[in-house]
Amino acid sequence: MLKNLSFKQRIWVGHGIRWLIALVLIFFAIFPVLWVISASLNPSNSLASAQLIPDHIGFDNYKYLFETPQYPFPIWLWNSIKISTITTLLSVSITVLAAYPFSRLRFKGRQTMLKMILLIQVFPGLLAMIAMFTLITQFGAIVPALGLDTHAGLIMVYLGGAMGVNIWLMKGFFDTIPRDIDESAMVDGASHWQIFTQLLLPLMRPILVVIALLTFIGTYGDFILARILLKSTEQYPLMVGLFIFTGGEFSKKWGAFAAGALIGALPIMTIYLLLQDQIVGGLTQGAVKG
Amino acid sequence: MEVSEKRKKKAQQSATLWQVSLRLFLLLALDGFVIWFTLGAFAEGYAQLGIVVALIGGASNYIILSRDLYPLRWMLVGLIFMAMFAIWPIILTVFVAFTNYGDGHLVTKPQSIELFLQERYLPEGGSAYTWTGYINENDEYALWLQNEAGESYLAYPGQTLISGAEAEGLGELDENGIPASVADYKRLNALQVASNQTISETQFGSELDGVRIRSAREASQLEPKYEYDKEQDTLLDVETGTVYMANQGTWTAKNGATLPFGFRASVGLDNFTRFFKSSALSGPLLHIISWNFIFAFLSVFMTFSLGLIIAYIYNDRTLPGRKIIQSFLLIPYTIPSLITIIIWRGMFNNEVGVINRVLESLFHIAPAWTVEPNLAKLAILIVNLWLGYPYFMLVTSGALQAIPEDLYEAASIDGANAFQKFFRITLPMLLVSVGPLLVASFVYNFNNFNLIFLFIEGGPPIPNSPTRAGYTDILISYVYNFAFASGRSKEYGLGSAITIIIFIIVAVITLFQFKYTRMWEEVGENA
Repeated sequence: MLKNLSFKQRIWVGHGIRWLIALVLIFFAIFPVLWVISASLNPSNSLASAQLIPDHIGFDNYKYLFETPQYPFPIWLWNSIKISTITTLLSVSITVLAAYPFSRLRFKGRQTMLKMILLIQVFPGLLAMIAMFTLITQFGAIVPALGLDTHAGLIMVYLGGAMGVNIWLMKGFFDTIPRDIDESAMVDGASHWQIFTQLLLPLMRPILVVIALLTFIGTYGDFILARILLKSTEQYPLMVGLFIFTGGEFSKKWGAFAAGALIGALPIMTIYLLLQDQIVGGLTQGAVKG
Repeated sequence: MEVSEKRKKKAQQSATLWQVSLRLFLLLALDGFVIWFTLGAFAEGYAQLGIVVALIGGASNYIILSRDLYPLRWMLVGLIFMAMFAIWPIILTVFVAFTNYGDGHLVTKPQSIELFLQERYLPEGGSAYTWTGYINENDEYALWLQNEAGESYLAYPGQTLISGAEAEGLGELDENGIPASVADYKRLNALQVASNQTISETQFGSELDGVRIRSAREASQLEPKYEYDKEQDTLLDVETGTVYMANQGTWTAKNGATLPFGFRASVGLDNFTRFFKSSALSGPLLHIISWNFIFAFLSVFMTFSLGLIIAYIYNDRTLPGRKIIQSFLLIPYTIPSLITIIIWRGMFNNEVGVINRVLESLFHIAPAWTVEPNLAKLAILIVNLWLGYPYFMLVTSGALQAIPEDLYEAASIDGANAFQKFFRITLPMLLVSVGPLLVASFVYNFNNFNLIFLFIEGGPPIPNSPTRAGYTDILISYVYNFAFASGRSKEYGLGSAITIIIFIIVAVITLFQFKYTRMWEEVGENA
């Protein structure tokens, strides 16, 4: 059959088959998303009556989220944004400062330290969750403001992992900036600090933004440490808060959960879709290097 | 020219002066905090934490003051956080794994003895009182006590006994010297007392001079239940006469009876050997370990395969709409995975989930996804496939474009078909560059707590397991149950022991990965 077709026609048949496969795959990829959008707009609020195309469309679920004191959704969202922003700013500052000497200075134990940092990074923080819990409990007995159920305690634990995750990536980007730039500045009498702040940081800005976004996304999506270290509903970040909906009769709170899920996912989806190429670039480079 | 040189030099000097004073201030602030914190840690009884903080503080001082360690000053803050919240927890995990730390063993030995010495009991004999009860509007009780010597006392719960002569607000006394009321408390008559349970269960007086009702007429002073013998290191139960010895953190009598709580103590390798000794424990653990490996392997295999197939099919630049297809297929990657896991949980709901409703209307079947172990595992793998394929789609499409075209052309000339080209050229070339990512993905999935916990919380439960364990539990979610599952007794020691087993598995895989990566780098350099 195919042999009777011209070269051009055969190419179009190939395209057609690939488009058909793509439609099946895209259906698999976006079905849960469509399902949640429809559920969030369906005022009946239960899983049983959920339909892909609801009979009525209303914003009752969204209203419910912002008006039910039992689920302080706006507070969760604010907590998430607050914790992630503070963690990101501190973490990126710590890492970029630490990466500078690894790239520009030569000192004893440099290689060993780099390898050690990589080795520690291998053990994810959640593995030591019992120890983290014990440690933060003890911190709280001495300084209540850093103990369990405080955002400061949680942020400290996040910062413990700051060095490991991005330092190799950051050092790699420092390495791509030619050393001639800082050597000529050094001849002019500039100190390391001046070179760092006035020459290198402006050049690093694009990659710093990407690393900051990745850190933000990572912190925003953390569940387990936040769940262990925070106790009261008002302190929860969004992810731990949304999990509450699954307790008890999940199927009856489905609509409210769907609305919350959409609002919660929106900031991250926006970041990804706007900066797709940069993030993918940073991701693959970092991953291959790591 | 000369002027500007001078100015520059001056600026530099003042900058260093400013820097020195700033450094000095920060150093003082840091040292002040470290000393204050260390003292606080010792006062709370956290000697280990105190020592660690003091060590980190000392090392920080050395780094700040030593000229040779200038490079480390740049990363000081990072190093402090890493030492405190990454390295120390790992060491702490190892410590805890060799102890019985957990419910019933939460306190230190001196604290445990102290708690037992505070316990009181109601002796058969001992100094006795006749009593009269009172009640106020809030249903709180008070007692009026008289002993044989004719002394009287007023007793409230939780307060030291008040001598009758000094008590205030007493109402009119009757012929036996008993007041009709006390402040806002009214006297109870015999009938009210007889029908009242609460008053006989309440302890009056403070911890040291506690009094309880023994019979309808008599109340008695409580006495210390336990005596501690320092030389023998034993606790004597005065009430029963039983002697308890400290045995690996548990107060144990000769006949094997134990007290309700003990103290933190080293138990050697017990946490590790318990699994071999007890078949009830090792059964679920073996299942969990094997499923953990199968889950991680299948997850990587499935996500990589689908990602690669998609990248391979849509690698063709001549395909119209290729960019749109890729953007749509990337969507699962852009939503925080926690959210999508919970969405899938709703979709897989047995009774009302969309998947079962569709299956029911099309094929009249409704699989019990959350009840049947194998179906639950299948559902988890499907969800993970959805979550994970976009990552490999991105990574492999980058790697595919890096494979030189001439290789395929040469193969075509040699008469290779598409199948041969894929398995002889594409796949081997890909595995070289993507291989380390596959290992990393394996390690990630090996500890994919979020998926297992948020989707199904490890369920369905394994019946007759002495600890909480489910058919889809992986090691890390099993550990979580030991430490944080509500309504269960906490076993931090046992949980930490399993954590160490995970540490070892992850370390071996990673070591393998490092070796593999280095080999890959050498290949790259030679080429």
